[in-house]
Amino acid sequence: MEVQGIPDNPSAWLFRVAKNKAIDVIRRNKFSIQFDFTEGERRLLTSGYTMSGTMDTLWKEELIDDDMLRMMFACCRPEISAEGQITLILKTLCGFSTAEIAKAFLTSEENVTKRLYRTKEFFRENKTKLEIPSVDELKSRTNVVLNSIYLLFNEGYNSTDADQLIREDLIDEAMLLCKLLTENKHTQLSEVFALMALMCFHSARSSSRLTTEGEIILLPYQDRSKWNMELVNRGNEYMNKAAFGKEISTYHLEAAISYEHCIAPDFSQTNWPQILKLYEWLCALSSSPVSELNKIVAILHVHGPEIALSMLNNMAEKKKLEKYYLYHSLLGEIYSQLTEYAKAQSAYEEAIHLTRSETEKKC
Amino acid sequence: MKEYMFLFRGGDSVTMKQSPEKWQAHMQRWGAWMGALANEGKFVGAQPLSREGKHVIGTKKAVTDGPFIEGKEVIGGYMICKASSFEEAMEISKGCPILEFETGVVEVREITEMA
Repeated sequence: MEVQGIPDNPSAWLFRVAKNKAIDVIRRNKFSIQFDFTEGERRLLTSGYTMSGTMDTLWKEELIDDDMLRMMFACCRPEISAEGQITLILKTLCGFSTAEIAKAFLTSEENVTKRLYRTKEFFRENKTKLEIPSVDELKSRTNVVLNSIYLLFNEGYNSTDADQLIREDLIDEAMLLCKLLTENKHTQLSEVFALMALMCFHSARSSSRLTTEGEIILLPYQDRSKWNMELVNRGNEYMNKAAFGKEISTYHLEAAISYEHCIAPDFSQTNWPQILKLYEWLCALSSSPVSELNKIVAILHVHGPEIALSMLNNMAEKKKLEKYYLYHSLLGEIYSQLTEYAKAQSAYEEAIHLTRSETEKKC
Repeated sequence: MKEYMFLFRGGDSVTMKQSPEKWQAHMQRWGAWMGALANEGKFVGAQPLSREGKHVIGTKKAVTDGPFIEGKEVIGGYMICKASSFEEAMEISKGCPILEFETGVVEVREITEMA
C-alpha cells in the first residue's frame, strides 16, 4: 500500500499505532510485565488466547483522558519531593528536555538529571498504582499538578529554545492538561479554573509580543488591537467559575493581575496601584523570588525608581535572584530611569549574558 | 486448590477462519471464558500452539514429522487453571469454545508433583 501524507483520521491512526506498540512491548516482556495491572489482567495479557481482547478492554479511547489524569496524579506522589514530581511530569507527560526543566527551576541540568533519577528509583521500588486521589488528598495533590501545568505554560510563553521565544505547542499542551482538570468532576477545584483563566489572559496577549521577524515587543509598545479578545472573554468565564470556595489561590491573584493588563486601553492607562495591591497580596500569600521581582516592577511604576531600587537592594532572596536575567534587566531599567547609564548598561549586559534565548537577548 | 491442565484438540479453525466475523466472535468467546476464570482468580496461563512441529524420539533422538497432519490429533493449545476438585475442573472444561466443534476435545489432567 502506498503511503501518502497525513492519514484521514490522524488521532485514530496514532491511537492504533500506539496500541500496536504497546502490544509489541507486552509480547516481548510476556513473563516479566511490571506495569500496573491486576493479577488477572497480567495473566490474561501473557496468553495468546486473551492478549488482544484484554488490550481492547484496557485501551478504550474514552478512558484515555482519565488515564492521562491518573498519570499526572501518579507522578504527584506525596512521597516524592514537589520538585521531583514536577520534573517527572514535565519529562514524561510533556516531553520537556532536561535543559528546559533546568531553566524553569533556576537550576542546573545536572541537578535535574539527579532529580529524575531519584524519582524514577522511587517508581521502581514501589509499584505505583495509577489512580485519581481520594477526596481528602485531592486538593494538595491537585496543587502539585497545577504547579507543573503552570511551569509548562511559562516555558511556552517565555521559552528556553534559543531562537523561538514563544512556543505555541507548550502553551497548547498546558491549556489542554488544565482543561482536562476543569472537565473532570473529581478535579473541578476553584484554583483549576483560576489557572485556566490566567493562561487565557496571558495567551490573549501573546500574538502582540513579537514582531513578524520574531523579535520581542515590550508591553508599552505592543499593538493592543492584536490582543485576542475572545481569549480574554474565555478567561473571564473561567474567572467567574473560579469564584467559589473559601480560599484564594496564587492563580486567582495572578489571573487578576493579567486581567488588569488585558483591559488597560494603553500602557499609560494601566492601573498600576491595583496591580501593586494584587502583587502585595500575592507575595504575602506565597512569596517567590519572581513575584517579589514583579512587585518591584509595579512599585517602580507607582512610586518611582528610588524606592524601587532600595526595595530591590533589600530583597531577602537577592543571592538566588542574581542568577536570574530578569533581576538584572529590572535593575537596568531602574538605573536608566535614574539616568545612571553606566550602571544601567552593565546590568543589561549581565542580563544578556544570563539569558540563553536569542530573542530575549535582543531586547 | 489444585492446578489442572486442559489440552485442546480438534476443532476446525481452518474452515472457520474463512469467515472473519465468525472467527472473531469465536475468539471472543475464548477470551470471555478465560477472562471469567481470571476474575475468579483461577486462571494461571494459556497459549495456543502452532500446528507445525516435530517429534524427537528415544535414545537415538530420531526426528520425525510426527502425526501432526491429522487435524484432530493435534494439540491446538493448552490452559492451566485452578480448581478445588477434578469435578470442578470438568465443569470448567464444558465451557470451552473448542466444544463448539463436533470434533473438539478437551483433555483434562491434574498437575501433580513428582513422587
